Amino acid sequence: MATVTFNEATRVYPGSDRPAVDKFNLEIGDGEFMVLVGPSGCGKSTTLRMLAGLEEVNAGSIFIGDRDVTQLPPKDRDIAMVFQNYALYPHMSVADNMGFALKMAGVPKAERDARVQEAAKLLGLEEFLARKPKALSGGQRQRVAMGRAIVRKPQVFLMDEPLSNLDAKLRVSTRTQIAALQARLGVTTVYVTHDQVEAMTMGDRIAVMKDGILQQVDSPLKLYDEPVNVFVAGFIGSPAMNLMPAKIVEGGAQIGDYTVPISRDVLAKAEGDEVIIGIRPENFKIDTTGISVDVAVVEELGADGYLYGTISGTDADAITAQQIVAHISARVAPQRGTTVRLNAVDPNTVHVFDEKSGLRIS
Amino acid sequence: MPHFLSARPDSRFIPLPWTIPLAQWPESYLVALPRGISRHVVRFIQVGNSVYAAKEVIEHLALHEYEMLVDLHRLDAPAVEPVAVVTDRIDENGKPLDPVLITRHLEFSLPYRTLFDYGVRPETVGRLIDAMVVLFVRLHLIGFLWGDVSLSNVLFRRDAGAFAAYLVDAETSEIHDALSDGQREADLDIAHVNLFGEFSDLEAGGMLDSSLSPQELADSIINRYRDLWNELTGVEQFAGSEIVRIENRVRRLNALGFDVAELDITTSPDGSQVQIQPKVVDAGYHQRKLLRLTGLDTEENQARRLLNDMGTFKVRTGQQHVDDAVVASQWLTQCYKPVLDAVPPELRGKRDGAQVYHEVLDYRWYQSQRECREVPLIEAAQGYIRDVLTTLPEEKVSLDRTLTNPYDPSHGFAGDEEDGPPPHDPWEDDAEEQPEPSGYLDIAALRAKHSK
Repeated sequence: MATVTFNEATRVYPGSDRPAVDKFNLEIGDGEFMVLVGPSGCGKSTTLRMLAGLEEVNAGSIFIGDRDVTQLPPKDRDIAMVFQNYALYPHMSVADNMGFALKMAGVPKAERDARVQEAAKLLGLEEFLARKPKALSGGQRQRVAMGRAIVRKPQVFLMDEPLSNLDAKLRVSTRTQIAALQARLGVTTVYVTHDQVEAMTMGDRIAVMKDGILQQVDSPLKLYDEPVNVFVAGFIGSPAMNLMPAKIVEGGAQIGDYTVPISRDVLAKAEGDEVIIGIRPENFKIDTTGISVDVAVVEELGADGYLYGTISGTDADAITAQQIVAHISARVAPQRGTTVRLNAVDPNTVHVFDEKSGLRIS
Repeated sequence: MPHFLSARPDSRFIPLPWTIPLAQWPESYLVALPRGISRHVVRFIQVGNSVYAAKEVIEHLALHEYEMLVDLHRLDAPAVEPVAVVTDRIDENGKPLDPVLITRHLEFSLPYRTLFDYGVRPETVGRLIDAMVVLFVRLHLIGFLWGDVSLSNVLFRRDAGAFAAYLVDAETSEIHDALSDGQREADLDIAHVNLFGEFSDLEAGGMLDSSLSPQELADSIINRYRDLWNELTGVEQFAGSEIVRIENRVRRLNALGFDVAELDITTSPDGSQVQIQPKVVDAGYHQRKLLRLTGLDTEENQARRLLNDMGTFKVRTGQQHVDDAVVASQWLTQCYKPVLDAVPPELRGKRDGAQVYHEVLDYRWYQSQRECREVPLIEAAQGYIRDVLTTLPEEKVSLDRTLTNPYDPSHGFAGDEEDGPPPHDPWEDDAEEQPEPSGYLDIAALRAKHSK
């Protein structure tokens, strides 16, 4: 097991004028589950591939433990790409299916058997070891594929969108199993996904990327509660945070006919005369004062629901209309077509970003 | 209503039973043909007189693979031809079904497992590996990162005394402008592990000759890959007086079946040193030459053999100074056509035309040796048909054991059942209870988990 360190790691594709990954710095702790997340084209897969040795590093360096692996071929890096190979060999027992790569690597039989046994125990496959893989279910096949990586005892596990090739049912169970296994094995893991819900539920820490640049690295809750900029604020959380441009006025920032109270110290950090106010759907409450919103749809989900609407005074049909989502109790659900006032449940849940730089100032 | 994505739409696909999961399609639509083991449902379907392979797979993989195969086809790489992707399938209860990727069945092709089921001589295994290496190198030359390199993802076609390999599964692949050394090494590493696994499996099934070791076979693919890659792309340096080495290099590449489209030649300022490196090499040197002269579309080694025969014909008929195209047309009508015409229609499904001609030439050579006379071609053809072709197995499923489902070899052989039902697996019970992903982030649950 080992730490992983990216040092100003940069990848520029030939013919491109912009780096796919730009001066990426990240320290991944020993045994940590690090998730790289971001929209398509953000550089997360390229980053993982640089670590795997599949992409050339044009500048900077990558360390696994205290070993500089920047120039090493993939097989000398002591990493394992999980779910690289799903094929199960019909004539070989489940045990041989899990341990054959060790045999190729010249690991003695006693050691091989012990490692396979250990992995099988972790994966609940002990009873199946002597059987042929024909009788295995889809989920069990997945676990054999995981077992192949586990028995190799690599320093680092790499997973590139491992759930994307599974059907919905397997996706959920495999997600839970990967997280549980990683916690038990304590192997440093780098996991790439475009799905922020997956990232938030699995990672110890999450690195959010956009346009090849690392935006923020933090624990899931820190990312959620204190996003460093507008991009992270909007990307993390589902439904997404409401991000509303507001004009700085005496006592706060004005949205429609309402002034959101914000301290003078915070507003002083803004470059121009506008800020962006961020409030998560669950941090809204229906109140007597607050931002005036025309209700478009109310989606009831049992005891609670979501209210969708637009800020009053903006043309609701225009595509530029400011959309608002609020999590509300079904008991107080308003009718569509009515107007309500939404206020933050707690002033601490109001995020303020500079309109010019997009950076957090609250 | 299913949606068809296809570059060459074919209306005959529309009435197929798209509302039924592929695994349950009535046998009237299916053909039992040998195929590899896949983790997806794969069936061969008959539409008119053509046979297609249909694979049921989740949407983004189906579209990705279709796109990759279209690119490979455009780049003239040896891969199966993509025909269509059928999406938006809904069963009779309104439940969505996975899309189906349709590719054209490669005629006369065999998956490696079928070859091994017939029994494979040790030297044939070497030829299979050679074919696999040529495919592997060709794909890497065009920037194709394979991902899941394995024998299971290849189809083999007889090619004179050798084999030609075709890619059949592009699910995990990517196309780049050029591959980095790291990408090639990663593919090689995967190939090494997968081939070791596949040969170990054949060994465990008693299908690998005892003189062969999975380890040595897996190692050999890596070594042969490196040799071929170096020959095709390596830099060669020599004294300016040895300029003939440029031509030698080109000849060596031609002999390997590659054409040099661009050669990078650098000379030192005083002309004492020359450095050469092939920049662009195209496979199929003999194949293209034969196609140009005769219109025959064959595999590379078959083309080489046919061209050699044409060369002999040219000398024998004293036409050394006549244009190749003229000789080719005479050879076609006087040699090639008569041999193929001699094959009765019912035997034509056993070998393709160029392969028959190649085997007739072999037969004639042995027969001439035995009888100490030059056996005429047409007499050799009749002898070959009588002694060889009639005894060959149809290269279709004709195994001694019966498959549980002839349309799906992954079900295994009848009588191969495991003992008793599978043991109880508590992990599977858990899986049943898992909720479907809602797409919403349950932040309250996350806070609760982290406060623990």
